[in-house]
Amino acid sequence: MEIHINNVTKRFNAFAALAGVDLAIRSGELVALLGPSGSGKTTLLRIIAGLEWPDDGQVLFDGEDALLRSVRERNVGFVFQHYALFRHLTVFENVAFGLRVRPRSRRLPEADIRNRVEQLLNLVQLQPLAGRYPAQLSGGQRQRVALARALAVDPRVLLLDEPFGALDAKVRKELRRWLRQLHEEIHVTSVFVTHDQEEALEVADRIVVMDKGKIQQIGTPEDVYEHPATAFVHEFIGETIVLPVRIRDGFVQFDGRSIGLESQGVRDGSASLFVRPSEMIIGPPADALLGGVVKRIHGLGPSRRVEVALGSAGAAVEVDASHDCGLDPGQRVSLRPNRYRIFSAIP
Amino acid sequence: MSVMTSAIVARVPSALVGTPHVRREPVFVRWAIIAISLVFLTIFLVLPLAAVFMQAFARGIGPYLGALTHPDAVAAIQLTLLVAAISVSLNLVFGLIAAWAIAKFEFPGKGILVTLIDLPFSISPVISGLVFVLLFGAQGFFGAYLQAHDIKIIFALPGIVLATLLVTFPFVARELIPLMKEQGTQDEEAAISLGASGLQTFFRVTLPNVKWALLYGALLCNARAMGEFGAVSVVSGHIRGETNTMPLHIEILYNEYQFMASFAVASVLALLALLTLIAKAVLERTTRHS
Repeated sequence: MEIHINNVTKRFNAFAALAGVDLAIRSGELVALLGPSGSGKTTLLRIIAGLEWPDDGQVLFDGEDALLRSVRERNVGFVFQHYALFRHLTVFENVAFGLRVRPRSRRLPEADIRNRVEQLLNLVQLQPLAGRYPAQLSGGQRQRVALARALAVDPRVLLLDEPFGALDAKVRKELRRWLRQLHEEIHVTSVFVTHDQEEALEVADRIVVMDKGKIQQIGTPEDVYEHPATAFVHEFIGETIVLPVRIRDGFVQFDGRSIGLESQGVRDGSASLFVRPSEMIIGPPADALLGGVVKRIHGLGPSRRVEVALGSAGAAVEVDASHDCGLDPGQRVSLRPNRYRIFSAIP
Repeated sequence: MSVMTSAIVARVPSALVGTPHVRREPVFVRWAIIAISLVFLTIFLVLPLAAVFMQAFARGIGPYLGALTHPDAVAAIQLTLLVAAISVSLNLVFGLIAAWAIAKFEFPGKGILVTLIDLPFSISPVISGLVFVLLFGAQGFFGAYLQAHDIKIIFALPGIVLATLLVTFPFVARELIPLMKEQGTQDEEAAISLGASGLQTFFRVTLPNVKWALLYGALLCNARAMGEFGAVSVVSGHIRGETNTMPLHIEILYNEYQFMASFAVASVLALLALLTLIAKAVLERTTRHS
């Protein structure tokens, strides 16, 4: 199912949770809403589900106005952050819930309900635990029960709120991969909310980066990582070195000296230089480049982290280098960004 | 076997075995504390309870049963059970509604409502009874209207139920509010998103989530409802065989120097209280296991 969100706004008292959001989600896509807390991502998810109503704007499911329908009528599968499993029901009955509450005219016969639940428990690999209660399950298992329960009603869209947020790091990685596989199998349009960029980059087809109630960028994981549209996206996704610079006559100046970089069209005045640590190349001191002193070298294995103090203020940056870089603390070096972005000054 | 045991003991780090426990009080302190609490319990709880039963059976089982089967005593027991049944069921409903409103919605005046729920705990039961006399008594606000339509509230069952309701209102709500607050609304949202109607959500999710707390509140409510004296005394009118509940009946018998009969009825009340306690203990065990 396609979802179109047009100019949706939502305020909580004086706080603008969503300030005019436009988003199109394609059928069968797995989309991540990524942003820091308070960016409006969960509000947007709840509005799609019908758990929250926008103050203004449109939500269309396959071109139909979804705002005319309550959450009950929208046929969405919602997986809550803390799963919200029914603690007095077994795993089996939790999954069967959505099938049992249907009006009599649409309710499946008991045998069909049992079949469907068995199928779903199979899908989430929890068949042996069908008779257990939620309190007897691990976090990862609860998560999968919540997913099976949401899928039981054949939802037109699957919505997941911080699906891996409450799990420990190892289980989180496994479940991430598993969710991706599951999506390949069942191909239901899915939207999940996360504040973890790694999670979004690994799982999603497309990422919607949000900040302060606005969408900053929509794109594939590669897009948002390689071509961040705004300073916020650059900093939020992947590691970033940010240096305060000045633009003069189309060239970048750091610490009052030109460092041989073009301004990428940013107007004269103060600006910021954004570089990934892996894109900085360390070389011998040179006048026309960023200059600094090696402070510390750390790390194990094939790569090293080199801490360099730049310019007269000694702004500390961390740069990747290989284990045989041959650097020592105290040594003067220059840094040359292989790739970089200039954004006009961050407010 | 002993070899195995010693092998296991050997693995326990010596630091854990040897160090004296941080809060290991001297033996005599521990015994003193236990003894004081036991003596206190005996003097203030066990002895009086035993005295009730001793007095009740002072003249043997025959007169005891005689006192209990006296028509006035039977009427008092019946009335007490009836009043308790009505007020507990009504307070289950009201308490659940109030707790729901407080725990799951935000609205202006919520703080005042929370405070008001505790009011019956803090005001004297006599006042709880008097307010109804002021409202529904012959000289009260609605007195003329009620008399004109021949509706009896004061000195009748409705008045007794009202007074009991007021006094016992906090028990169910107090028990539910913290639990419902902690559980939040996600379970309900999940149920509705799965297609459940409002009623289905209530009966299949909300109610099961609070059933133990609800039952617990009902038990406490019941104990108080059966034992309430002050508020009921004001509105009852003490009509023998009609508006006397057990506590009132006990007092009347006592004032008439019918000690044995008075204690016989008291023993039934005490027994009901003990049953409530046992039910409460069983309930606590069940909830801890589930």
